[in-house]
Amino acid sequence: MTDHSEVDTVTGKSTTGHEWDGIKELNTPLPRWWVMTFYLTILWSIGYWIVYPAWPLISGYTSGVLGYSTRASLAVELANLEKIRGEKMAMLAAAPLADIEKDPALLALARAKGRTVFGDNCAPCHGSGASGSKGFPNLNDDDWLWGGTLDQIMQTIQYGVRSGHSKTHEGQMLAFGKDGVLKADEIVTVANYVRSLAGLPTRQGYDAAKGTKIFADNCVSCHSEDGKGNPEMGAPNLTDKIWLYGSDEAALIETISNGRSGVMPAWEGRLDPATIKAMAVYVHSLGGGK
Amino acid sequence: MSQPSMSKSMTVGESGLAVLFAVTAFLCVIAAAKALDAPFAFHAALSAAASVAVVFGIINRYFERPAALPPEEINGRPNYNMGPIKFSAFMAMFWGIAGFLVGLIIASQLAWPALNFDLPWISFGRLRPLHTSAVIFAFGGNVLIASSFYVVQKTCRARLAGELAPWFVVVGYNYFILMAGTGYLLGVTQSKEYAEPEWYSDLWLTIVWVVYLLVFLVTVIKRKEPHIFVANWFYLAFIVTIAVLHLGNNPALPVSVFGSKSYVAWGGVQDAMFQWWYGHNAVGFFLTAGFLAIMYYFIPKRAERPIYSYRLSIIHFWALIFLYIWAGPHHLHYTALPDWTQTLGMTFSIMLWMPSWGGMINGLMTLSGAWDKLRTDPVLRMLVVSVAFYGMSTFEGPMMSIKVVNSLSHYTDWTIGHVHSGALGWVGFVSFGALYCLVPWAWNRKGLYSLKLVNWHFWIATLGIVLYISAMWVSGILQGLMWRAYTSLGFLEYSFIETVEAMHPFYIIRAAGGALFLIGSLIMAYNLWMTVRAGEAEVQAPVALQPAE
Repeated sequence: MTDHSEVDTVTGKSTTGHEWDGIKELNTPLPRWWVMTFYLTILWSIGYWIVYPAWPLISGYTSGVLGYSTRASLAVELANLEKIRGEKMAMLAAAPLADIEKDPALLALARAKGRTVFGDNCAPCHGSGASGSKGFPNLNDDDWLWGGTLDQIMQTIQYGVRSGHSKTHEGQMLAFGKDGVLKADEIVTVANYVRSLAGLPTRQGYDAAKGTKIFADNCVSCHSEDGKGNPEMGAPNLTDKIWLYGSDEAALIETISNGRSGVMPAWEGRLDPATIKAMAVYVHSLGGGK
Repeated sequence: MSQPSMSKSMTVGESGLAVLFAVTAFLCVIAAAKALDAPFAFHAALSAAASVAVVFGIINRYFERPAALPPEEINGRPNYNMGPIKFSAFMAMFWGIAGFLVGLIIASQLAWPALNFDLPWISFGRLRPLHTSAVIFAFGGNVLIASSFYVVQKTCRARLAGELAPWFVVVGYNYFILMAGTGYLLGVTQSKEYAEPEWYSDLWLTIVWVVYLLVFLVTVIKRKEPHIFVANWFYLAFIVTIAVLHLGNNPALPVSVFGSKSYVAWGGVQDAMFQWWYGHNAVGFFLTAGFLAIMYYFIPKRAERPIYSYRLSIIHFWALIFLYIWAGPHHLHYTALPDWTQTLGMTFSIMLWMPSWGGMINGLMTLSGAWDKLRTDPVLRMLVVSVAFYGMSTFEGPMMSIKVVNSLSHYTDWTIGHVHSGALGWVGFVSFGALYCLVPWAWNRKGLYSLKLVNWHFWIATLGIVLYISAMWVSGILQGLMWRAYTSLGFLEYSFIETVEAMHPFYIIRAAGGALFLIGSLIMAYNLWMTVRAGEAEVQAPVALQPAE
């Protein structure tokens, strides 16, 4: 084997004498730093095995001198967290809803808690900035379908809207077209009447008197005579610039023809009472609370 | 060429395989007729058609070929078998482009979810395994098969074992890829990462893989060289261990032999452990050992320098294959996996650092005395940069396996960045370098069509990789820090949706990096195509002089 060995002129090292398809190998010794680092990682590992749980035995395993376990360390971390927020959360749970906003410390706590919970539970529909989208109300303004007082917001969060919960908000926009209550041309007329309520332009040839009559016959029971709506029924104010499903004629025709009945889940039972309280305060304090 | 004195007859392999595939075609027709679900019916019908095509192929080949089988040697020179290598090299390039393209699509879907178009077949959930399988197993696998068949012949000075067997391996393997890929699009999956194909594809792969092992092994056994070349140790470790991993991770009971769905034998935490023992060693033995074999042949060959250290190659080979197999549990830190298993996974990953770097040292130091070639040869530059990326990701890997580091990095884009510095930088570049060498050699061309285009490929792809991995590092660390941030009141600082929003710009940068990488590969495909089509044939030198005994 060594009889073919030769010295490589570039490195001054000898080759092993093997050759495959023109490829030779140098007989360079292992780099010292490589060997030392390799040994070091082995030593470090042995040390780690002594300190931490490491090797399986017939029943059980070597538990390590520190007695470490992931489960125990998780318990410690949870206990630390409980130490930071447990007492304050208990105060929040005990405080009457109306008093929370009066106490700056409690308010800050409720808002911090509410913000976290909002992000993971409410943001998918209402947006992470709570500005909503089509069909999902903006919570930053002062336009509230089901009322914007602290109690009303709390109630909406607890029981939801058309959620199936026994105490949920009921009431829906009827499908005047689909159910045959209004004819197509009547729907167009009343849609334009609704636009006129909000100060939006109406289409040419629109008969205002007819629109007023259709509205009075069909819509006032929920939206009230002046069109300002009724939070008891979740009927929106039609005279402002805020529209859940859009204010153009086509969107209004769609709404009047097929009705609307968006759903918000009930959070009672999914979030604990103190958390729901914090949520209510958070939403109330976003800017539009009454 | 006809030799009337010699009567022509089918070999046992030819007639046996033809009969076997005829029977398979018949069975597949029955399976298609009795299929319980549409994807299974499709796969059975496809397999029936493919089996019939194979029978015709074998018979046709028999009538076309001369009576005598190709000789082992011609004029004292081994009669190398290049056909299956060419096929596999071509498929590698094809699947590579397909895989990179799907990668770009899913990266764009992450940045702009509307690109899912609400169509199930092209939703992220189905395209993601299509991407991973296409780049790892279809692109990488074909590069490994093509290069291993080339290297084992050249370094053993022996013709590839078998006549039909090597063809069975390359065609059979690519048929497995076809079944796996179409299955993903149709929603067929056993939901194990990197092992998604269902039971019938797994069985087919097992058969193909055993034949692959036999072809390789028998070629090594009949070698004309006294010793086995280092690349062949690595290829052999890759083939054997992948067989073991495939069998270990995939035992499953089909709901019916006429349906695509099956249930894996393992359950719960044992299943998770098997899965990541498999998953991590797919990295270790497919993407590391296999491609180190490529490095050990193509770098010294291209640089025309001896391998730096024979001793290092032995030590790091055995250390690597002994240590890698333990490292899987680091994918399951802080899960239901027992603490002791997590410790072993982590410590063995740390000990793996130097054995991994042994390959890097041998790759880089082989350049001693030839560093100037990096200026003039972009192919060699690609190979060497791949080794640098290999060194970087095999340092990053052990670091990320440390539990405290992992508690930040796990489940974040940092992992994706780490994987892609290895996948694009190491596996991608070493494969490109090998194909740039292999294509002119296998097709007997003087050289590549254009070195200038290789240079363009190199720089565009390198820029793509840098964009990709730096975007994922930043996004991953940002993501990890956002997830663990607490306010002074003890509440989480950020909601999950806010962390998703924060990722958006990095997802765009990542997609841009992927697009550059894809553009590079298109330049490469054109260059290789022109090399084969228009390249000047190399004049065969007279019988090589044998070294004096």
